[in-house]
Amino acid sequence: MTDANPYGEFETAWCPGCGNFAIRKAMVAALMELGLPPHNVVFSTGIGQAAKAPHYIRVNLINGLHGRSLPAATGVKLANPELAVFAESGDGCSYGEGGNHFLAAIRRNIDLTYVVHNNQIYGLTKGQASPTTPKGQKTKTQPHGAPSEAFNPVAVAVTMGAGFVARGFAGEVEHLAGLIAAAARHPGFSLVDVLQPCVSFNKVNTYAWYKERCYRLGDDHDPTNRQAALDRALEWGERIPLGVLWRSDRPAFGPMPTGPLAVREPDLKTLSGILAGYA
Amino acid sequence: MARSSVNVVIGGEAGQGLVTIGEFLSRALTRAGYAICVTQDYMSRIRGGHNTFAVRIDPVAVAAPDEAIDLLVALSADTLDIHRGDLSPRALVLADAAVGLGGLPGLAVPYKTLCPKPLYENVAALGVAGALLCLDAAILSGLVAEKFVAKGEAVVAANLEVLAAAMDWAKGQEATFACLAPPTLGPGRLMLHGNEAIALGALAAGVNFSSFYPMTPGTSVIQTLIDQADAMGVTVEQAEDEIAAVVMAVGASYAGARPLVSTSGGGFALMTEGVSLAAMLETPVTVVVAQRPGPATGLPTRTEQADLDLVLYAGHGEFPRAIFAPGDVSQCFHLAHLAVDTAERFQSPVFVLTDQFLADSFRDVPPFDLAALPAVARPLTTVDDPAGYVRYAVTDSGVSPRLLPGFTEATVVLDSDEHTQDGHITEDLAVRVAMQDKRMRKLTGLTAAALPPDLVGEAEGATLLACWGSTLGAALEAAESLRQAGEPACVLHFSQVYPLVGQCFLPILAKARRTVMVEGNYSGQLASLIRRETGYVFDARVARYDGLPFTAAFILSKLREATA
Ligand SMILES: Cc1ncc(C[n+]2csc(CCOP(=O)(O)OP(=O)(O)O)c2C)c(N)n1
Ligand code: SF4
Repeated sequence: MTDANPYGEFETAWCPGCGNFAIRKAMVAALMELGLPPHNVVFSTGIGQAAKAPHYIRVNLINGLHGRSLPAATGVKLANPELAVFAESGDGCSYGEGGNHFLAAIRRNIDLTYVVHNNQIYGLTKGQASPTTPKGQKTKTQPHGAPSEAFNPVAVAVTMGAGFVARGFAGEVEHLAGLIAAAARHPGFSLVDVLQPCVSFNKVNTYAWYKERCYRLGDDHDPTNRQAALDRALEWGERIPLGVLWRSDRPAFGPMPTGPLAVREPDLKTLSGILAGYA
Repeated sequence: MARSSVNVVIGGEAGQGLVTIGEFLSRALTRAGYAICVTQDYMSRIRGGHNTFAVRIDPVAVAAPDEAIDLLVALSADTLDIHRGDLSPRALVLADAAVGLGGLPGLAVPYKTLCPKPLYENVAALGVAGALLCLDAAILSGLVAEKFVAKGEAVVAANLEVLAAAMDWAKGQEATFACLAPPTLGPGRLMLHGNEAIALGALAAGVNFSSFYPMTPGTSVIQTLIDQADAMGVTVEQAEDEIAAVVMAVGASYAGARPLVSTSGGGFALMTEGVSLAAMLETPVTVVVAQRPGPATGLPTRTEQADLDLVLYAGHGEFPRAIFAPGDVSQCFHLAHLAVDTAERFQSPVFVLTDQFLADSFRDVPPFDLAALPAVARPLTTVDDPAGYVRYAVTDSGVSPRLLPGFTEATVVLDSDEHTQDGHITEDLAVRVAMQDKRMRKLTGLTAAALPPDLVGEAEGATLLACWGSTLGAALEAAESLRQAGEPACVLHFSQVYPLVGQCFLPILAKARRTVMVEGNYSGQLASLIRRETGYVFDARVARYDGLPFTAAFILSKLREATA
């Protein structure tokens, strides 16, 4: 771990007390632990309060469209496998608008680290239900309570045999930093779903609410046991497990290009042979 | 027309191998030195239905399909019924003896006795048609040997035997079909269809990445890239949807890949948010839109030119773009190359608009001179002052130095929200104006680089047929017919439909006696665009939107209706 922080300090546009601050802190700590220089790191983000996070870290950044952090990240990694690629966004962006991309990314298993700020609400658009809002929880736009069952991202990821699935909590920065670093070291697709209090719009899932329920998985949890991982992934309510739920050595996407595509010269000699084949 | 052009139509059910016969015949004709123009008409199904593969052949040049059939190779009884009314006075029909000719003039081919197995009927049909056209037997047998070499010597020998027997049989018939006039074109020409040419032009421009989601008739561009991907070092990924496809391409482009995306209108409708993204991030991406009739999924396998408005206005907000519309297969190659370069140079989304007819239309083309192609612009992998680098430096041209992430100590920051010169989100409205001005300044450069329309013929006092994209060939032929009938006529073809530079063509339009816009859509999209950009109103329009490509006969009949 290097001491001097090369990732800079920035002014943010988040509400005071928001869980995003802690996630940013954990992210910087993880990057420092990984010893990654900022110019070798690319963050791809969607849209939302969470998606702004990498604007407050000195890294390469492609801050794109709502729900599309993963396709852009996939393109970046395919174009230059030498870059360390992170995708980061909120739960609405990641599991709502970006749901199809989430499933495809798990299937593809390209070496990406996906950090989702899961505040169980839409922050930037001011408090509508998100895919992870519990059924029945009232919001301004769901006055009779969220009508649909909540999406369980970690259970879905485990079920699909994702490469690496972890859950962190913004109230436990050091633990979260460790999870992010471990996810980044995993050579395939890794999900870190982070429980994040939104102090402005989610009055149910507060710091206190999470603190009361969250517990860390101990050594007795075997993250390579799919059934055990699924049991923990489904645990939600009175007790909520934090830590690495599931890890697999499933083969990564392949074949990946060797080296950056940018340095490839168009091979006109080969092409002229190909053209001759059309005679 | 004075030329002895011959129109061969092979008709049958999907799965009967008509494309195999058609491609064989077309390639043999190209090798022999003939000009060809292929029209593939197929139904949206994998087996059954009725499809045709039409090859129009000419010893000198052929620009467009024809409607009258001279030689009909009928693989099914349906073919006879469907095309009964399309036969020219000199027409000859080749049908399976088992099916019969249904009273039409022609030859009942005894495929059963010519072939040891039904599998060989394609080669037998090729032999009969080839013999009637007086094609060189060596060219046909050479092709058959090439085609089956991978299946082993025995298969090659069996096919060659069938070919020879079929040719002998045909020569022994008293058919009244005249041989093709001797070819005039030299050897070494290529046979490819529009989508192949687009992919190869893109490869020549250094395209090395494609993310795609399949949609007819856009897919064969990517299929061609995939076929050459290993040899040419192209990374191709089938995305989960079109939104992912285009955004992946934008991400790859940011990181230094040179991407090509191809789709059809329905897929492009989904891509529009990514187009706006590419514009805001100022990241090059080339998108091929192969048009087919809409709305929605329309006629999946037929042709139309109705997505100009979609492409012109695709994406929210305002930003500059360029739209190319190749008129023939050679233009497909060269404009794909130019489109990629334009995207790289202006760091913008750039489009190639083609359509099902051109996408699937095999033509003979002279070989491409790769060495003569201009160099394509590239991004930077070094900068003098990494610490001071900003991605969106405000410049006179609107184009900022584009550095790739990971190659220097600099970080490269892109944002889809309005951003400062260093790429970070801003709500400073003065910065907004400066940035929008900077992006829009690229339009000046794009306009200066825009291709003027091509005038073929003399405009003075003439009937001027204006057109864009694949309508070129039919318009050229219609104009020639008019001239032969004593009416001065010319063609003005737009191979780039945006930006348009009025000074380049308004004086030409002014000289014509009457101006007619010929385009494959209901509403006259290019005519409207020209009116919007220049105030010019065409005297008349010819529209086609029945799913079929333009022919000279169609244009001429509509012109007659208009003047009657
Ligand atoms: C295509 C599109 N649809 C909708 C929006 C509006 N929008 C912006 S952020 C957001 C939701 C953000 O919620 P979440 O992803 O949970 O992030 P948070 O703000 O809570 O961090 C929405 C719907 C948008 N920007 N783009
Ligand atoms: S709205 Fe919620 S998520 Fe957004 S900054 Fe405020 S507290 Fe954080």
